[in-house]
Amino acid sequence: MMYGYTWDLTTPLTYAASILPILLIGLTVTLQAAAAGFALALVLGLAFALLRRSRIKAVALTTAFVVEFLRDTPLLVQLFFLYYVLPDYGITLPAFLTGVIALGLQYSAYTSEVYRGGIEAIPRGQWEAATALNMTRWQTYRDIVIPQMVPRIVPTMGNYLVAMLKETPVLSVVTVLEMLGLANMIGERTFEYLVPLSMVGIIFLLLTLICSAGIHRLEKVLPKAGIPLR
Amino acid sequence: MNKVLAQQPDAASAAAAPVIEFRGVTKRFGALTVLDDFNFSVAPGEKVTLIGPSGSGKSTVLRILMTLEPFQEGQLTLAGIPYHEPNGKGPFRASDRHLHQIRSHVGMVFQSFNLFPHMSVLRNVTEAPVAVLGLSRAEAECRAIDLLRMVGLADKKDQYPAQLSGGQQQRVAIARALAMRPRVLLFDEPTSALDPQLVGEVLGVIRNLASEHDLTMLLVTHEMRFAREVSDRVCFFDKGRIVEEGEPERIFTAPAEPRTREFLQSVLG
Amino acid sequence: MDWLTYLPSLAQGALVTAWITLASIAIGAALAFAAGIARVEGGRAVSTLALCYTEVFRGTSLLVQLFWLYYALPLVGLSFDPVTTGIVGLSLHVGAYGSEIVRGALNAVPVAQREAARALNFGRVHTLMRICLPQAIVEMMPAFGNLAIETLKLSSLVSLISIADLTFRAQSIRNITLDSATVYTLTLVGYFLMSLVLMLAMRLIERMVRRGAAFPRAAHA
Repeated sequence: MMYGYTWDLTTPLTYAASILPILLIGLTVTLQAAAAGFALALVLGLAFALLRRSRIKAVALTTAFVVEFLRDTPLLVQLFFLYYVLPDYGITLPAFLTGVIALGLQYSAYTSEVYRGGIEAIPRGQWEAATALNMTRWQTYRDIVIPQMVPRIVPTMGNYLVAMLKETPVLSVVTVLEMLGLANMIGERTFEYLVPLSMVGIIFLLLTLICSAGIHRLEKVLPKAGIPLR
Repeated sequence: MNKVLAQQPDAASAAAAPVIEFRGVTKRFGALTVLDDFNFSVAPGEKVTLIGPSGSGKSTVLRILMTLEPFQEGQLTLAGIPYHEPNGKGPFRASDRHLHQIRSHVGMVFQSFNLFPHMSVLRNVTEAPVAVLGLSRAEAECRAIDLLRMVGLADKKDQYPAQLSGGQQQRVAIARALAMRPRVLLFDEPTSALDPQLVGEVLGVIRNLASEHDLTMLLVTHEMRFAREVSDRVCFFDKGRIVEEGEPERIFTAPAEPRTREFLQSVLG
Repeated sequence: MDWLTYLPSLAQGALVTAWITLASIAIGAALAFAAGIARVEGGRAVSTLALCYTEVFRGTSLLVQLFWLYYALPLVGLSFDPVTTGIVGLSLHVGAYGSEIVRGALNAVPVAQREAARALNFGRVHTLMRICLPQAIVEMMPAFGNLAIETLKLSSLVSLISIADLTFRAQSIRNITLDSATVYTLTLVGYFLMSLVLMLAMRLIERMVRRGAAFPRAAHA
């Protein structure tokens, strides 16, 4: 029994039906982790992208290194690092929050590249026009660069969101009870892993198919206000 | 219509002090010297056209003035303000604040218009006055509509650049530059990216601007007949130097230098 | 220095990681070409089958796949050892992602090239092998480079099905010594260095492919 639901092991189908409510509770955790992690990745990635374009060489190079390092090392090890090392320095966070930070850090490396590509796709003439109108660097980013970049990068960002969603099961190893964690717990108690694991797989498949369709639609709706999206 | 534009200092008092002055300016791109010990000055209210073969450095003069390009040697002043600061750092040898101050006197119209595609025509013209000059939106819109009327596009104010023809886009770009009330307006081949049938409407706007206002104008153009009409002075540019300059009538009818003659023959046929 | 004593064990783990990564890249590449070509050139049944493979393995989480295989394979009588399970899982996953790269690159070959091949009366196999693939493969290489790094990173998940790879060794050492900061820093650096080597190798392969296809560097621009 878990979360007040009991499993029925009569047939695989009744088993599947009986544990579905439990897995759906896990799904909400999965979705929350992905949403929070992605929000963090969006903010952090933008900061990285802008710092990387800093006119101070040391700042730009350091940022480039940090981004490269984050991108070239596994999420799982980064997660372990945060989970075990932070408490040694007196920072004790709930497992869920640690997981969200790990997801956000790892994906900020990807999103910063997307931002960078988006910024570099803005024609030079736009920067020059902003200079000629005496806009500051900050005003140029705020009014000219970012508004033109955002519609262009939404589809790519959406794909990363889906990718992150599929990586959230990793959080189960630091005791976050998302879908996979719950499926494993059910398996431990019933000695029957395949049904719960298959269900988690199917739920993920449905989720990603829905998200991909959503992104596809978004892409069609997006071109607005005269921005050519290539 | 005069109220739309900045008040210029009257000609008599300014005659002594040029508004633009290049003294021994040298500009290099790597090993390539684009401007070589360049000397040049423009009086307030003067309309000067730079002509010459492509790659001769004409556009670079404008881009340096707009602080889009740094230069390596010599001195440049605008309205008495030197571009380089005594202890200035970076390629421009000036602080952002100093560059900001210089730019407040200059406007530029680009060959490829460079309108902001994500903003309506009206927003293109009001954005900088609001963000940079600190005007209220109502005030900026009032100013923008006057300017759009002047370039004949007040009815297009809610459209986006992609919905306009090239000629209309360039007229909006002129209004956008004027909205900042510059003392000096730079035109970098404003009609080169246009289909031939659209060139006229843009030249018309510039012509009116030249004849009715005491704005200082510096033009780079390949439209020779137009240069002859609007300019007080024409400078023939070749290999980073001014080869010959003078009143348009004389340059176009009796050029003294053989190179000028050759060039004019090649472009006028 | 303590950290020196960790190195032999971590190095052994790194070897396992390298082996699993390279094997998965090789098998995954084969799967990627098979499925990618099937999607573009195959008949209805074949391309649908390839589509299902791609969607299922891209659409579900790798960790779920690994656990599933870990428990499922013995049930159907295939009692794989964990390393084989890890390689099978990782290869299937990577192959699914790779097939999208192959498909995209093949579709990006201009239609005119196929038309020209047809006008010369080339057969389908000949057109694919001699006309389309040589052009497409150059386009695939940068994306394959990224996928190789992904494979290395994802290989860390096999530690969770009890394979003694780099991550697994790090966990073991940390459980004994509780010296988390040192162990995980070393591990991260280890993965970073392996990524750099892999990146370099992929770049060399890209250059070889480019030369083999006799394309100047900016031919596609």
